[in-house]
Amino acid sequence: MRPLSLLVLLAMALAAPAAAKGIVADIDDHLVEITTDFAGQDILVFGAIDGPGDVILVMRGPAGRVAVHQKERFAGIWVNAESIEFDDVPSLYGVASSRPLFEILPNEVLDRYQLGIGRLRFETVEEQPYGKGSFRIALVQQKRKQGLYADRVGRVTFIGETLFRANLHLPSNVPTGTFLIDVYLVREGRIVDAQNMPLIISKVGFGADIYKYANSRSIAQRFGYGVVAVLVALLTGWLAHLAFRKR
Amino acid sequence: MLGALLDWLLSFQVYLPIAELSVSVLLLLGLGGGVGFLSGLFGVGGGFLMTPLLIFIGVPPAVAVATQSNQTVATSVSGVLAHWSRDNVDFKMGFVLLSGGVFGSLVGVALFSILRRFGQIDLVINIAYVILLGSIGLMMLAEATRALRRVRRAQRGAMAPRKLHQHVWVHGLPLKMRFKKSRLYISAIMPIGIGFVVGILSALLGVGGAFLIVPAMIYLVGMPTSIVVGTSLFQIIFVAAVTTILQSMENRTVDVLLAFVLTIGSVIGAQFGGRIGARLPGEQIRFLLAVLILSVAVGLCYELVATPDDLFSLQSLLGSR
Repeated sequence: MRPLSLLVLLAMALAAPAAAKGIVADIDDHLVEITTDFAGQDILVFGAIDGPGDVILVMRGPAGRVAVHQKERFAGIWVNAESIEFDDVPSLYGVASSRPLFEILPNEVLDRYQLGIGRLRFETVEEQPYGKGSFRIALVQQKRKQGLYADRVGRVTFIGETLFRANLHLPSNVPTGTFLIDVYLVREGRIVDAQNMPLIISKVGFGADIYKYANSRSIAQRFGYGVVAVLVALLTGWLAHLAFRKR
Repeated sequence: MLGALLDWLLSFQVYLPIAELSVSVLLLLGLGGGVGFLSGLFGVGGGFLMTPLLIFIGVPPAVAVATQSNQTVATSVSGVLAHWSRDNVDFKMGFVLLSGGVFGSLVGVALFSILRRFGQIDLVINIAYVILLGSIGLMMLAEATRALRRVRRAQRGAMAPRKLHQHVWVHGLPLKMRFKKSRLYISAIMPIGIGFVVGILSALLGVGGAFLIVPAMIYLVGMPTSIVVGTSLFQIIFVAAVTTILQSMENRTVDVLLAFVLTIGSVIGAQFGGRIGARLPGEQIRFLLAVLILSVAVGLCYELVATPDDLFSLQSLLGSR
């Protein structure tokens, strides 16, 4: 996508071999803008490693609290019955690697670094008795269905032995906020080096302004939003009356 | 050729910032126009049809309801101006109604936000709509069928005498007030109570509530029919405006862009509907409207009873940010 930046990086990698950094990486664009016609986007991650090895990329959206509701039939009607709240749930989670994860790292390491959507750990907000695993599984499944959790959001490919690149896909319903992309260098079943990079995803333009005011933390601004909404409606109603008035 | 043109028109998408949904502009204008046409044709507000339709196309129920309140402001304004120019608005009665209505809206929005916190707002909106549309549809169907029979009998020459407004227990309540325009001297408690109930419904369901106020004011209070519609529209503007502001502050679910596009469609549609409605026989129109309302109720009812594709659903909680 941007051969020039790849070249620059290559030059950097060659020029500073003394810096004992096993892996260096960057994103082609640290800011993704969601406009009114946003339909998903790929971001390019590229970098270099100092010798043979495997590379794993993990992309995480800002974490938050999520409630999982389970429906039950009650008097013939399906209602949300039980619900469990989980903390620190990443709004988006995606992995890309140069080979399948299980081929490059043993299970204990994958678990420790929470690599792969099956290995994510969420803490429940309140202590839960045993037997609530289905809620945890449902959380991951729902996120997967929404296209927000995936084990293979892209492939890490090598150019020669040391240069790598990967396209990570952001779906059209990507949440906004500050994302973190972790880059791991793996050799002989061990993570030998890591780096992380921020990625900012924000709504821009008219729609973003509407969203900003409507969801503002200040109640005065939300009041203002409501007042503007009413004024717009009053004006449209009045103009409609003028336009269609019978003379 | 035509298909390509339609595809091209449908390709204009608008991202609704609060509903967080990308929808075709043409579809929204069509929805607004269609419901506006029906509301002009039948002389109803249309909120009770628009909200379920918005839910059908994927707008979250909480957003559909709050946004509908915003749109109701616009449609009521153009409606009340038309009635005002014909001097059919009892402002004093309007203010009495809306004093109850604003209070009802406060209660409704608070209720809305509690139900939302418990993850039950969608269910309550759905059930309330099934009950509301089901009962209104059945009542209208019965009334229209009676009227159709009456028309047939009248054509044979037997006209049944009709009673005008009569004095009932309502008129004995305290806090009497004089309403010159409506030629009434009655207790203010009844209109305040009606306003209160409709205010709650307005906040919970996004409806203006004319379909409740109008019959209640005619049959329970004895207000002249010619003045009721304009007066109820007048008070709906304020209650819908207060509801819009409260929903924005409390639940953040008003999509001003969605409301705007729908309004454009509906004011145009209402003009055509009104012109055609004036030429069609009223009984048949009411019969058709009743059938339409009942089918929406059945559709919503099916969604409640049918086994959902997914038993689990997620809800992001704001508190954790």
